[in-house]
This record gives sequence, C-alpha cells and structure tokens, in this order.
Amino acid sequence: MTAPRDLFAELKFRDPARARALADAIRHNVDAIGRKVSVMHVCGSHEQAIARFGLRAVLPEGLELIMGPGCPVCVTDGPEVDQAVALAAQGARVCTYGDMLRLPGTARSLADAKAEGGKVDVVYSVAQAVELAQKHPQDEVVFLGSGFETTAVATAAIALTELPGNFSVLSVHKYVPAAMEIVSEIEDTNIEGYIAAGHAATITGWGIFEPFARRTGSPVVVAGFEPLDILAAIAKLTELMVEKRPEVFNAYPRCVTKEGNVPAQKVLWKVFRQVTGTWRGIATVKDGNLDLREEWARIDARKRLSVDTSGVRDDAAAEEAKGCICGAIMLGRGKPTDCALFGRTCVPESPVGACMVSSEGQCRIWHTYGGAPDLRGVGT
Amino acid sequence: MCLGVPGKVLAIDGLSATVDFFGVKKELRLDIVDEPVQVGDYVLNHVGFAIRRIPPEEVQETLALFDQILDVTGAKEDLMAADVRGEIAAGKDKP
Repeated sequence: MTAPRDLFAELKFRDPARARALADAIRHNVDAIGRKVSVMHVCGSHEQAIARFGLRAVLPEGLELIMGPGCPVCVTDGPEVDQAVALAAQGARVCTYGDMLRLPGTARSLADAKAEGGKVDVVYSVAQAVELAQKHPQDEVVFLGSGFETTAVATAAIALTELPGNFSVLSVHKYVPAAMEIVSEIEDTNIEGYIAAGHAATITGWGIFEPFARRTGSPVVVAGFEPLDILAAIAKLTELMVEKRPEVFNAYPRCVTKEGNVPAQKVLWKVFRQVTGTWRGIATVKDGNLDLREEWARIDARKRLSVDTSGVRDDAAAEEAKGCICGAIMLGRGKPTDCALFGRTCVPESPVGACMVSSEGQCRIWHTYGGAPDLRGVGT
Repeated sequence: MCLGVPGKVLAIDGLSATVDFFGVKKELRLDIVDEPVQVGDYVLNHVGFAIRRIPPEEVQETLALFDQILDVTGAKEDLMAADVRGEIAAGKDKP
C-alpha cells in the first residue's frame, strides 16, 4: 500500500482512485490506532465540503469527524446582536454581512429590526459599508463586523484609511486559535487531532498552532477545501496520531505558510486587541474576541454612540429556545440530527438556533446537503 | 464566508486592483496582501481584499476547486457556491 506521505506528493483533486487510496490509508491508520478516535475541524467551509461530498461516508467506523466552533456567526452572542438591534432601533444605519441578518439576539434579530423600519443593509465587504456612510452623510453608519481573523483583518485595513466622520465599527470579530484552546479543555469529548482552517491560517500562518499541538499532545493538520484536500489531511492527521507525533503539518501549502501573511497580521494587531468574551452556547473564551484598541475609540461604535440595549434585550426570551442544542453541537458533543428541533421547528426559513442561520453553521449545512454520501463510488 | 476566491489581476492603481473572477471584473483592495502583486498574478480575495498572492505554480490547482464549486447546475441551493458568489460580490463593480 502507498504511504500517505507519497499520496500527498501526487495529490490531485477529484480522482476517485486517489480518494479511495486516501480512504484506505485512513482506515489503515485507524486500525493501527486500534480504538475509537475523534478528530475535529473548526471551519464552516470544511463542513460544507465534507457534507456536500459525503466524505464521512468513506471514513472508517472507528473515526469520528466532528465540527467544532468553526462558524463565527454562530458563536456571536445574543447580547452582542442586541447591541446592533438597539443601534438600529435608535436610528443608526447598521450594515453587516448577510449571514448576520437573521441571527437572533436575546429576543430579536437585525431582520426583525429592519421589518420594524430600522435601517439595516447587507454588505459583502466593509468597504461597501464605508461607501454607504459616504452616501448617507446624515446617518450614523455602523458596520457590525463579524468573522474570524481572516475577516477581521479587512475591518482593520479599513480602520487605517481615511474614513467619513459618520462611520463606526461594532466589532464582534472572533479569534480561532482561542477557540481551539477551549475545545481542547472540554472533558467529555475525546478529540485527539485537529484540522485547522486553511484560509484563517493564510493570515496567522501554521506556526501559530505549534505550541497548541505540543501542549495538548494532539497533532494539527492545516487543510484546504477540496474533498481530496480534506481526505489527505485526515490521512496525514491519523498517521501523526499513529506515530504519536503532536506536530503541525501544512497540507495546504498553496495558500498557507509557516509565518502567514505578516503585513496583514501587523494591520490586524495595530487595530485590534484580544479580549475575553462570551461565545454563544460555548463558554467564556479567554482572548477569544477582537475589540478595537483604545486609539480607535473614535470609530468604535460602543464608545462613540451610546448603545442602550434595555429596550431590546430579553434574557427570558433567550431561555425560550429550549431544546436547541447548538452549544453542544459547536463543542462537538452532539450532532444536528441529535436535536429534536432540527428540520422540524428549526429550519433555514425560521431558525431557532444560531447554527441554522449561517451558511457556515453545521445545522444549516446538514439541512441543505442532507449529509448524503455523494462521492460517486468511492468507498464502495 | 471564509472561503476566499481566486482572481487574476488585470490592472493596478495604488492600493486598488482590477481583478477578473471567472469573467466578472471587480475592484479589490491590496492593503493586506502578503506580497507585492503585479498584473497577471492571481490573488485570493476575501470580503473585497486580496489576502494572498497565489504562487504561479499553484494557480491551476486553486482555480480547479472554484470551477467545481461554481458549477452547480441542478442544485436547488448550494451553500459553497453562494459563499463564493458572495465573495465575488464583495469587490466593487468595474465596467
């Protein structure tokens, strides 16, 4: 049998024979481990590819592939959304990425605020939010900045440009490496290896995961988004697990380097600082949130505008989403199909939990793709 | 939202580049790209910003992925394709 390492060298993307060989290599490695093991990825785009191509169908029974907190929209906390809803209710023009629109706050979403006459605009880029501020000089334009560091770096770059006086940022940006730390400390999951998200690592570089791998004793493989990229990453990850080597391996060299995008990191940390924050359904995550530094107070919506959430916050209503297990799903303790609401009262058109809202949420992804195997003959 | 989409640089004006994404021309910002970019290079776009100059020898492999994602004829809803289209929409329109 060809060793996984050799398969890497000749990796091409959608060749069923190669997929089958990778699946064989994974099975071989899991057999060598000799017990049930779990590995976790932390990226909504990975879950999209895994579900869309039915990759779980080709994995051996002894291997569980779990999605962790890889959806920045899903982990945005209810009270954070409340701040944006309150600003819209106070008359500000709130701009944000489309996935954020239907994300519930403690009681209401920005879509609700819009339906009630609030000015809420969907943008694809923070640059478009700045254009809206130029176009509506009479409005306070607030960009609700969501996303992990890959997206936060765009917000940071805009902060360094000349901005109209009516533009500010409400940052709910999150930092992925902090989430991996939290997940690794959860007691009732048994994750022995991690797949890191290719494009987040484009910014941070893969070197950032080395202390994590050493400390947790778990290998980390950086993976791309092709089905074979992901299978190859799992083959490499299980190989490192067999050999008990808690190392970081870059299986996505075409986009990720050890150092990452250094100019972007400089921009990111010039504008943002890490603060401890609550991630919805997960925990208080040390250093998990990205807040604007003091020097940027003039464009920090929380400092520039008085945000009063008392009229929109309803913690009792937040409690009502009972039965929703988004938190357990994001921690790798449950699957969408374990939830009694999934596909019944919780659907993309009227989501109950955050994971059904975003295109990167696991419930939304499973609902869309049905988790159906579709790797065209592989593994048969 | 964190997928990133590759495009070919057609023109550069300071920190702004005209980039072709599968036939759609968009203006991208170059503020945070990792290396200097020239006309003819491919860059990875995320929310309207180039975040990486793709090494030339790796361009074809990267493009193959996105060709496949965008080719979803018959699918009623495709989250990956929608995310890719969103990334392309993040650039400013160029005539």
